[in-house]
Order: sequence, then structure tokens, then C-alpha cells
Amino acid sequence: MGGRDIYRCNDNSRLFSGVSRMIFMTNRIKRTLVLFGTLVLVCFFPGLSLADNCLGCHSGWEDDERAPSALFPTDIHAQAGLGCSDCHGGNPELDDMDDVRAGKGYRGVPKPKEIPAFCATCHSDPNYMIKHNPPLATDQFDKYKTSVHGKQLLGKGDIKAANCVSCHSVHDIASPQLPASTVYALNIPGTCAKCHSDAAYMAGYGIPTDQYDDYAKSVHGHALLDKKDIGAPACNDCHGNHGATPPGVTSISAVCGMCHTLISEEFSKSPHKKAFDEMGYPECEGCHSNHLVLEPQLFWVGTSDSSLCVNCHSADDGTIALATAEKMHSSLQELYDAYDRAEEKTDEGDVKGMMVTDQRFALKEVSQAIIKTRTIIHSFDAEAVAKTTAPGMQAAEKVYEASVAKIDEYYFRRYGLGIATLIITFLAVMLFLKIKSVEK
Amino acid sequence: MTRLYSWVDERLKINTLVDYMSKKVVPSHSQSIWYFFGGMTLFFFIVQVMTGILLLLYYRPGADSAYESVKFIVSEVTFGWLIRSIHSWSANLMILAAFIHMFSVFFTHAYRRPREMTWVSGVLLLGLSMAFGFSGYLLPWNELSFFATRVGTGMAGALPVVGDFLMEVMRGGENVTGATIGRFFGFHVAVLPGLFTVFIALHLFFIQRQGMSEPLEWAINNQAPKKYMPFFPNFLLRELLIWLILLNILAVLAVFFPDGIGPVHWPLGAKADPFAPPPAVIRPEWYFMFAFQMLKLLPAHILFIEGELFGIIILSIAGLAWLVAPFLVARKPEGTKSHKMIVFGWAVVTFIVVMTILGYFLE
Repeated sequence: MGGRDIYRCNDNSRLFSGVSRMIFMTNRIKRTLVLFGTLVLVCFFPGLSLADNCLGCHSGWEDDERAPSALFPTDIHAQAGLGCSDCHGGNPELDDMDDVRAGKGYRGVPKPKEIPAFCATCHSDPNYMIKHNPPLATDQFDKYKTSVHGKQLLGKGDIKAANCVSCHSVHDIASPQLPASTVYALNIPGTCAKCHSDAAYMAGYGIPTDQYDDYAKSVHGHALLDKKDIGAPACNDCHGNHGATPPGVTSISAVCGMCHTLISEEFSKSPHKKAFDEMGYPECEGCHSNHLVLEPQLFWVGTSDSSLCVNCHSADDGTIALATAEKMHSSLQELYDAYDRAEEKTDEGDVKGMMVTDQRFALKEVSQAIIKTRTIIHSFDAEAVAKTTAPGMQAAEKVYEASVAKIDEYYFRRYGLGIATLIITFLAVMLFLKIKSVEK
Repeated sequence: MTRLYSWVDERLKINTLVDYMSKKVVPSHSQSIWYFFGGMTLFFFIVQVMTGILLLLYYRPGADSAYESVKFIVSEVTFGWLIRSIHSWSANLMILAAFIHMFSVFFTHAYRRPREMTWVSGVLLLGLSMAFGFSGYLLPWNELSFFATRVGTGMAGALPVVGDFLMEVMRGGENVTGATIGRFFGFHVAVLPGLFTVFIALHLFFIQRQGMSEPLEWAINNQAPKKYMPFFPNFLLRELLIWLILLNILAVLAVFFPDGIGPVHWPLGAKADPFAPPPAVIRPEWYFMFAFQMLKLLPAHILFIEGELFGIIILSIAGLAWLVAPFLVARKPEGTKSHKMIVFGWAVVTFIVVMTILGYFLE
């Protein structure tokens, strides 16, 4: 039995035996089943063509739930009214698979290297795509060719490199806006990790396989994967998607700067910019790492052994770097302390049942000052940092004082109640004695 | 002092009044404790008027100002928190005292002839008190009050023929909006106080003319020893003592639980947002809970009418029967107990208690 023979539905003598042979005994039964299958598909998936026999046959002998015929009805292409032949070619109106494959335009199953061009037949054709999905770009294939994946696959013939279906899946492709899609924002890290976290698969490429683990621990991963914040960056936001390329040393600040605009501006104005460029250091990554972007810590700035500044600077390096670092650390430390102090008092007032909604709201102003200061730190200008913390310090002090006033009022109320109770009790006793005296 | 008294007496003839009051007595027996609940209700009403006037100094009705002004009162105005808290506590205690007063009158048969008018005016006063509570609940314009008022006024819409009209009159439109605050505020500070003053004056006038009701046993058994105490100063001093204690209780509650406690609470919370989803639990004040719960438990349709309408009709009939209770036993000989009314009374108490408990437990 040749490999191509398994596609035959009507070759009873060679393909089926026993019960199968009984079921597919005659062409009449076969046609009835095909018609029934087609009707079912048409009824439940109206996007499919009435004259498409592909699924009718394929669903008859594909019992794997991951088989194309089982998956396809949920595919975005099926929902758009496309059938198997729109990608694979052939005449879907014919019953016999040999006839189908002999038909004009039959393309069959593409090899991995052929897949990008296979998809690009439609997806790179603006005239075609405008009829189905006008806002969708049509430059994916061009970008793919410039990507590392594209270069590996198309240039070096490395079929392990990702092609379209590696990320988008096949036959059950969903819109990227849908959570079911493999390229939905929340699913992208997992999709990339399928290959990039597989040490055996990635062997020989000379790149690490711990990106996903690092990303999951990062602020970005925490926001996306734990908090389900789809605005947080996934792999493609930094690396691109169809043109997936690792940002190089020179472009990393531009990539981070897409979102962290102000920080990028501050860094570009700082003395570090020139120094990093001259020494060929990656800008943001130098302190923040790449995938493992952790929540910035106060001790990163300063002169302690654990600070990042001392990795490059020393007291006798002829710069004011460490003195600046120490000043910036102090400024930020003071602001953090002021915030904690104000928040502690606000919490105390809250626990005592006092109304501290205004204080809570004002604390946000202090939080904003902290965020702003953490941005300005990238200017590495101690004066600018101190200037930025000043409004936050004042706001924190106001919150503290207001919270203290609330707590004082809490005690004032109780002391006042005590005194009032004493007076009322005295009056009550006097009245009681008066009643006794009257009734005597 | 004597000259001043003579001066006033010469013009107003108060000697007659003083003479009348000096002879006023109060029956003294084992059930005398119930006489004080009317005075307690009056005390809480006086507190309501005084604290209400103080709140009026800062309260600004309107969708854009009501919530902000209440927040200002409780957070910025000196002793504003105390005034609002006492106003809220006193409102709840006033209704509680009125309920106890009413049931004590009912179960001691004090509503019987010739005190029918006193009873009717008292029941109407309780109705007005509840209307005070309903209209005052919306005034802070916070999330809970907004949705509770929407549900409460929506129930009026279930009435046939006049339902929609009545609901629109209450709301000042199709929905609960700033116009509703204006109406509720007007009712709360003008219409209801005016009506309340009239009825409380009548109620007190009837009591003064008829005196306190004596126990049934005294009418049955003429030989039973009858004890009385002078209203002035004995009863009045006792009443003043209770009022002082109540004042202290109000102060303690206001200081320790400024936003209420348990099912009796009024936290300011978030400002009303008509476009926000309603809170998980919408419930009325505790004294409306029995009616609210009953309407909730009724099926969608009973016989040929809507369940909600059926409930409102039943509540209305029961309320009317309660109002005219003295006339239902008018033909009973003097001094005889009406066992049917006692059963009716306990049925009402049981219904209110069970429905209220269910209302809080089935949330």
C-alpha cells in the first residue's frame, strides 16, 4: 500500500476490511455518508462551502481529535468562508481524492520550508486580503524573511526554525484577539517557550533556554502572566513578531524606550549615554538585565556592596559617580521613608475607624513622586533627583500630619465622651436623688 | 419671680393650666414601664429636629453636591461626624421606640375606646417616621442609598393604574436622579416635619385630654387597689432621667460606632454612580426589611396577579386593619380582652421578626 493510497476513500479492496468494508461497501453508501457529513458541517459551520467534499471524506477516516478535519471548522479561515481547497488547491467538488489531487492548482501539504510562501499567497496579496480582513498588514512574509527564523529556514534550510504554523498553529488558527489563539497576548510567552525553553530542541544554536523562566519572574511577566494585564509586554513587543530579531547592543535602549519614553530621554541626556556607547555596553540591560527585569530596588543605587553603581565605579575612578549615587540614594530613601511613615499613620487612623479617604488619596501623590523620581534617576543628576523628591516629601508630610490629627481626634472623641458621661451620670444621680426625695 | 409669674398669668391665664397639670396623674402598676416609650420616641424626635437643623447648615441637595457636602460634614465640620452619627442613631432608635410603644399599646389594649383617635394618630406617626427614614436614606447620595432607593421606588411602580405615575412623582422622572434628591430632601425637611408636627400635637393633645390608659384589670375588678403618681413632678422627673440616659447611650453609640453597626449602618462609602453595577447586596433599612423580604419570597405570579402586586395588596390590607384596630373591637364590653386581636398582634410581630431575620440571613 503506497503512501498516497491512504487518501483513497473508494478503494475498498485494499484499504478497508471487516466492519470498515461493510460500512464503505458501495459508492451509494459512501455518497450518502459524504452528503450527510457535508450537511452536518454546512448546518453547523455555515461558512463552509456547500460543494466542499474535503471534510466529508476526511472526517470519515480521521479519528484523531487533532486531525485537520476535526480542527478546521473552528479555524478563522473556515469562519471567513474559506475551505480546504482555498489553501491546498484541488477541486473540492470531486468525490475521488485522486481526481482532486489531479485537478488544477492542487498544492497538497506544504513542506516546512514552503509554509511561509504558502501562507503568503494570500497574506501578502493586498488585493485579496482587503476583501477578508482589510486592517491586517500584508508584509508578514517580507518581515519574516528578515527575521532570524526566516533566515534560518529560508536561507539555511533549517526546518527546526519557526515558520507560520509553529506560532499560529494550523487548521485551528484563531484571531490573535481571542484568548484561544496561540498568539493571544497572554499565550505568546508560552508559544515562544515551546521551542525556546526546550534545551534539546535548541541545542546547537548557542542561545540560552531560560528566557521564559526569567521573563516569568520579571515585572513584565508578573504583569502579563499573573495579573493578566495584556498591556504588559510579551516576547514580541521587544523582539518583533514576524520580523523576530534580538535587539542588539545599540538598539536595546530604543526598544525599551518604546514604552519607557521618559526614562529613555533622561538616560540619553545623562553622562552614561556617551560612556556606554564608547564602551559598547548595552544601555538598559546593563543594570536591568534583559528577560529578568526585576522590580527596581532602592539598594541598586548607592555605594553599598550590593548596589549596581559599584560594579563599574570606584571611589578613586576620578569621577563624582559614587558621590552622586550616594546623594540619589539618600533622596530616594528619604522619600520612601516619608511615604512609609505617612502610610503607617493613615493605616492607624483607618484601624481606629476614622475617615482617612482623603489621606489615602493624597498618598497617591507621594507614589507618583516616587515613580517620577525613579524616572529622573536615569539622568544620574543628584540635584534633579532631589528636586523631584521635594513635592513628594511635602505631600507625605501633609498626609502624616492629617493622619496624626485624625488619630488625635479619635482620642479627643473618647475623652470628650468620658467627660460627657461623667456630667450626664452626675445629673442622672442628682435626678434620681430628687425623685427619691419627692416620693418620700 | 412671683411678680413675673403674676405678669404672665394676668395676660395668659396660665394658672388654669398649671392647676390642671398639677392634678394630672399617671396610673402606677406593674406595666407602667410601657408608658415611658412614648416619651422616649418624643425625645428621639426632638434630637432628630435639632441635629437635622444643624446638618441643614452644611447639607447641599443635588447630584453634584449631596455626597460632597455629607463628606465635608463628617470629615471637615467640627463635630459634624457627631451630629450626623447622632442623627442616624437617633432615627433608628426613634423607629424602634415607636414600634415598642405601638405594640405595648396594642397588647395592653390601651387603644380601646375612647382612645381610637390617639391610636390612629400614633400609627400615622409611625408611618411618617418610616417615611422620614426612607426619604433621608437617599440624601447622602452614596452607592448603597442610590440603589436601595431605586429598588424601593420601583416597588411603587408595581401598583396597577397609578404605579408608574406614583413612581415618577417620587423619582421626579423615570429614574433616580438629582431630581429625586430634590424631592426627597423637600419631603424630609419640609413636608414630613410639617405633617409630623400636626399629628404629634394631636397625639399629645389626645393623651392630655384622656390621660394615660389604665390596665384592663382595673376596669374588670373595681375593688382592685388603684395607685397613681402625680405627673408633676414624679413622672416627669423619671422621664427626664430616662432621657438623660438615652442621651448618654446616643453619645456612646455615636463615638464608638459612628457609621452604625451590623445591619444598622450608614457608611458613606462611594458616591452614587448610576452607570456602575449595583452592589451585591441591596437592602433597605431594617424596619422595611420584613416587607422587602416578603415581596422577594413571593412567586412571580399568584393566581392571576403579579406576586409583587399581591404582596403589596396584602401588606396594605394588613396595614389598614392595624390602623382601624380600635374600631374592630369597639363593641366589646368595657374591660374585656379581645383574644382575636391578641392573636392578630402576635401574628404581626412573628411575621415582622421572622421576615426580618430571613432578610438578613438569606442574603
